[in-house]
Amino acid sequence: MRLAKSRCEERIVSQRQTKKPEEFEIMLMTDVGSTTTKARLFRKKGNEYRFVSSGEAPTTVEAPFEDVTRGVRNAVREVEELTGLHLLEEAGIVWPRKANGEGVDLYATTSSAGGGLQMMVAGVVMTMTAESAERAALGAGAIVMDIIAIDDGRMPHQKIERIRTLRPDMILIAGGTDGGTITHVAEITELIAAAEPKARLGIGYDLPIVYAGNKDARTAVSKTLASDFALRIVDNIRPVLELENTEPARDAIHELFMEHVMSHAPGYDKLMKWTDVAIMPTPAGEGRMFRTLAELRKVNVIGVGLGGATTNVYSMYDGKFVRTVSANLGMSYSICNVLKEATIGNIMRWVPFDIEPALVRNRLRNKMIRPTTIPQTIEELLVEHAVAREALRLGFSHHKQLARGLMGVQRVKTMGEIFEQKAEVETYIDMMHVDFLAGTGGLLSHAPRRAQSALLLMDGFQPEGLTKLAQDSVFMMPHLGVLSTVHPKAALEVFEKDCLVRLGTCIAPRGVLGKGGNALSFKVEADNRIVEENVSFGSIRVVPLESEMTAKLVLSPAKDLDVGRGPGHGLETTVEGGVVGLIFDCRGRPLSIPEDSAVRRQKLLEWFQAMNLYPEPVYERIRSAQVSGGS
Amino acid sequence: MAHAYTPGLKVKRFTVVSKTRRLPILGEVLVKEGETVTHDRVVAKTQVPGEIHLINVANALGVDPEETSMFMLKRLKEPVAKDEVIAKRSSFFGLFKSFVRAPADGTIELISDVTGQIALREPYVPVEMTAYIPGKVVGVMPREGVTIRTPAALVQGIFGVGGEAHAGLKMVAKSPDEVLGPEMIDSSCSGKVIVGGSLVTGEALAKAVKTGVKGIVVGGVEDEDLIKFLGYEVGVAITGQEDIGLTLIVTEGFGKMKMPQRTFDLLKSFDGREASINGATQIRAGVIRPEIIVALAEAEARGQAEEEEEASGGMAPGTPVRVIRDPYFGAIGQVAGLPVELQKVETESDVRVVQVELEDGRRVVVPRANVEIIEE
Repeated sequence: MRLAKSRCEERIVSQRQTKKPEEFEIMLMTDVGSTTTKARLFRKKGNEYRFVSSGEAPTTVEAPFEDVTRGVRNAVREVEELTGLHLLEEAGIVWPRKANGEGVDLYATTSSAGGGLQMMVAGVVMTMTAESAERAALGAGAIVMDIIAIDDGRMPHQKIERIRTLRPDMILIAGGTDGGTITHVAEITELIAAAEPKARLGIGYDLPIVYAGNKDARTAVSKTLASDFALRIVDNIRPVLELENTEPARDAIHELFMEHVMSHAPGYDKLMKWTDVAIMPTPAGEGRMFRTLAELRKVNVIGVGLGGATTNVYSMYDGKFVRTVSANLGMSYSICNVLKEATIGNIMRWVPFDIEPALVRNRLRNKMIRPTTIPQTIEELLVEHAVAREALRLGFSHHKQLARGLMGVQRVKTMGEIFEQKAEVETYIDMMHVDFLAGTGGLLSHAPRRAQSALLLMDGFQPEGLTKLAQDSVFMMPHLGVLSTVHPKAALEVFEKDCLVRLGTCIAPRGVLGKGGNALSFKVEADNRIVEENVSFGSIRVVPLESEMTAKLVLSPAKDLDVGRGPGHGLETTVEGGVVGLIFDCRGRPLSIPEDSAVRRQKLLEWFQAMNLYPEPVYERIRSAQVSGGS
Repeated sequence: MAHAYTPGLKVKRFTVVSKTRRLPILGEVLVKEGETVTHDRVVAKTQVPGEIHLINVANALGVDPEETSMFMLKRLKEPVAKDEVIAKRSSFFGLFKSFVRAPADGTIELISDVTGQIALREPYVPVEMTAYIPGKVVGVMPREGVTIRTPAALVQGIFGVGGEAHAGLKMVAKSPDEVLGPEMIDSSCSGKVIVGGSLVTGEALAKAVKTGVKGIVVGGVEDEDLIKFLGYEVGVAITGQEDIGLTLIVTEGFGKMKMPQRTFDLLKSFDGREASINGATQIRAGVIRPEIIVALAEAEARGQAEEEEEASGGMAPGTPVRVIRDPYFGAIGQVAGLPVELQKVETESDVRVVQVELEDGRRVVVPRANVEIIEE
C-alpha cells in the first residue's frame, strides 16, 4: 500500500531520449484500438508540426497472435511504405532517432484493445460518493461495468454475486466525507472482500483497488483489503459534500492501469519497452484534446467519440470537464444494443425509404455478427446513419445524467422546482450555451461527405442558437492526446491545422412554431456578397461559407423562436465557415419529426437534400420507389 | 490496410481439433497425457467457493458493532451448521435472550467489529469438467486443465445460443434452401442435433424444445423469432450461457439464408454420426464462433487431417469467397482481381475492393471488408 504519485500523466521523463521536446522532428503515435491499430506520423515542417502520414492494420491482441506489437508493426510498416522512412527494426520502433536519420524522436501509444480499462466503482450513497467515483473512473478513461452502493437497491448477496461475476480490471472505492461515516465504508469493503473478485486478465496477480474515501476509514479498509488486493490509498474524492476531488483517484487509476492491467495484456510487456511514455487509455487521450479545444478557445465544448463498441461523450462546460462512456452503444460490435435501447421505432424514424422493420432488424443483427463489414449501397448507409443518430442521442442522454451539480449539497430550491417536483439536480448543460460540437470515431471521420457528419451531430445533440461544428479529420485525437503529455505545442499545432475539420456553424432557433410559417430571416455578408433569405419552419437551408472565412450575420427569428437573445429577439454577430458552411436549421427545438410515415420520409429526404448529404440520383430513386410502392 | 484480413468460417471434412478444457479456478486434473477419453469423461474437477451470507450480528443483538466479537459463540474459520446459534446476548440476568442462527451450513469467514457484520461462507461446491470431445489427452496443465485432440470434421457457425451438447446428427431438410418448419420435427428428432436448410421458424424452435431436440443447425433465423424464443433481446453478441432447452447454431446469419451447399453436403455425409456442438459466440475480445465437431477415427482421417495453423494469410486470385453484406449477401464466388488502388463504391467511400466472379457468372466489385474466405 502506498500513496499515489500525483499527476502521473505529466510524469513523462524519457530515460533513452536525450533531446528536449522542442528539438523533436519526427514523432510516431499509435492507437491500439479494439479492432484496428492506427499509426500517425507527425513531422516538423519549417517552424511548425504537421500530420504527415497514417497506417492501419488489424489489432492482434486476440488468438492466434496474442501480441499487440504485431499489429503495431503492421500499421507502422504502412507508414514506412508511404513515407520511405525507416522506422522499424527487430527490437521494435527505431527510437531515439539515429545519427543517420533513421527512426523517430518520440514514440507513444494509447490503447483500448481487449475491451479497454474495465472498472467497477463503489461508494456509500448512489447519488453522492458513488456518483463521484463513477465520474472519476470515467474521467480516467474507464468503462464502468457496475456501481455498487449501500443504497443501490440490491441485497448484499446479490451485490456479492454481481461483483464475483464481473471480473473487472480495477475497483475504485469511495465513501464518506472526511470525518464522516466509517461503518458504511467498512461495509462496502467487507462486501468486496467477501466476493473475492478476480482480475479479468492474467491469473495469480492481485486485483488493483483504489480507495478514495473517508480518510478516517483507511485503517479499517487496509485491514480488510490490503492482504488480498493491490490496494492504493489516495485523497478522498468527496472530502466535504460541496467538493469533488477526482484528480488523485484518476491519477492512481492511470498508474495502476500501467502497472497491473496493461502489463498482463498480450504483448503489452513488449510494447511498454518500446516507449518511455505511459500507455494511455484511448478515451483519456481523446478527452484531453476536447478539453484542450475548450481551454484554447475559452468556450463550452461537447465532443463525441462514436466507436464500434462504445460511445464516449465529453463536455467542457463552464470550466467543468465530464466524460461519460456508454459501454454498449456503438456502430459495430454494439449496434444491436443501440437497437435494443433505442427500439426499432426510433431507428425507423430516421430511415427515408420504405422498408419492413423486421428486415432492418435482421440487417443490424448481421452487422453485429460481422462487425467489420461496411455499407456498399446508399440504402445500407442510410440505415447505419439512422442507428448512429440514435447512438448519439442515447450517449448524450446518458452524459447529461452525470453532467450535473453535486448531489447532497444544500441549496435553495426555486418555487418552480418545488411545484414541478423536478429531480433535485438536473444537467447544467444548456445547448444554447454550447459553442462547439465536435465528433470523432470511424463512422464520423470516414463519412463519405462531411455534411453527413454535420447532420448526424445536429440530429443526435440538437444544438441550439449558434454552434460551431467540427470533426476529427482522420481519427487522430487519441494520438494527439498522448502526444500532448510530452509535447503540447506540437499536439496543438497539428490539432488546429490537420486534425480539426471545421464543418461550419449551425444556427438553430429554440422553440416550435405549431402552425409553421416563416421561422427565421437572415442576412449573411461575406466577401462582398450578401445573401438574404427567409427560412420556413420545419426546413433546413445551407449557405456555403468556406473554412477560414468569416461572415457578418444578422438574424431575425419569429416571435416564439429564440436564437440566443430571447424569443423573437434578433441577433447580429460574426460567424465562421467550414466545409459545409452556415446551416440554418429551422426544424425546431426540440426537433419534431412527423408521425405519419409517408410525410416523415418526405421530410427526411427534403432535409438530406438541403444539406446535399447523398448523391443527387438517390433522392429520385427513393421517391420513385415510394410512388410505385404506393406509400 | 496493409493486407486483407478476412478469416472465414471453417467448413472442413478433415482437420485436427484441439480443445483446451480449463477449470475456472485451480483444482485437480483426473486424466493423464496420452490417455484416450470419451466426450463425457470427467477430465478435471474443482470446488468453487460457496455462497456467502453477510449477517449484521450487532444489529440483530442490539449491541454496538465494536462489541460483536464478545457475543459470538463461534470463532473465525469455525464450521457451523444451519440453524445453529452462532451469537447470543443475555440481558437482565438472563431473563431476556437474543440469538443469531446460521442461515446455512458453512464457515465463519469474517467478524467485523467496525460494522458488526459477520460473513458465513457455505461449503465449497464441486465442479466437474467433461472432455466435450472424444480424443486423446495431449497436454496437461497441472491443477488447471487439459488439452484434448482428435481428427475431426468441423463446421463453424456465425452465431449461436445455448452451450455444449453431444448427440447424433439428423438431417431433416432435403435441400439447403428448405425452411425448417414444425411439421418436420417428430419424435425421431428427440435427443438429436437436427440439420435444417435456410431458416428455422419460431414454431419449429418451440416444437424442437418440446420434442427434446438437443440442437439445431440451420442457415438463418428471424431476429423476431429469436427474441420470442429467448424471451429477451440479445444486445451484445456474447452467448453460450442460455438455458433454453437446446443449442441453436446459425451458419449464415439473420433472415432466410440458404446454407451453403458445401456445408449442407458435409453435414449430410455425417448423418447419424455423433457430434459435439456448442452455440457459444463472442464477437468481441477473443472471437468465439459456434461449432459442430464430428470426431473421426484415425483410420477415417487417413492422415488427411492437419492441425490448423495461423489465421489464413489473405486473398489471392482464385480464392473461394462468400459475400457477407448486401447487395450480394450470401453469394459465393472466387476472387477475380484485387485492385491495389482504392475505389469509390456507391456510398462514395473510397475503399479497398475485390473483384469477385460469382457462381452465376456475374463479375462484381465488393469492398474487401464485405467478403470472407471459404476455408477448405
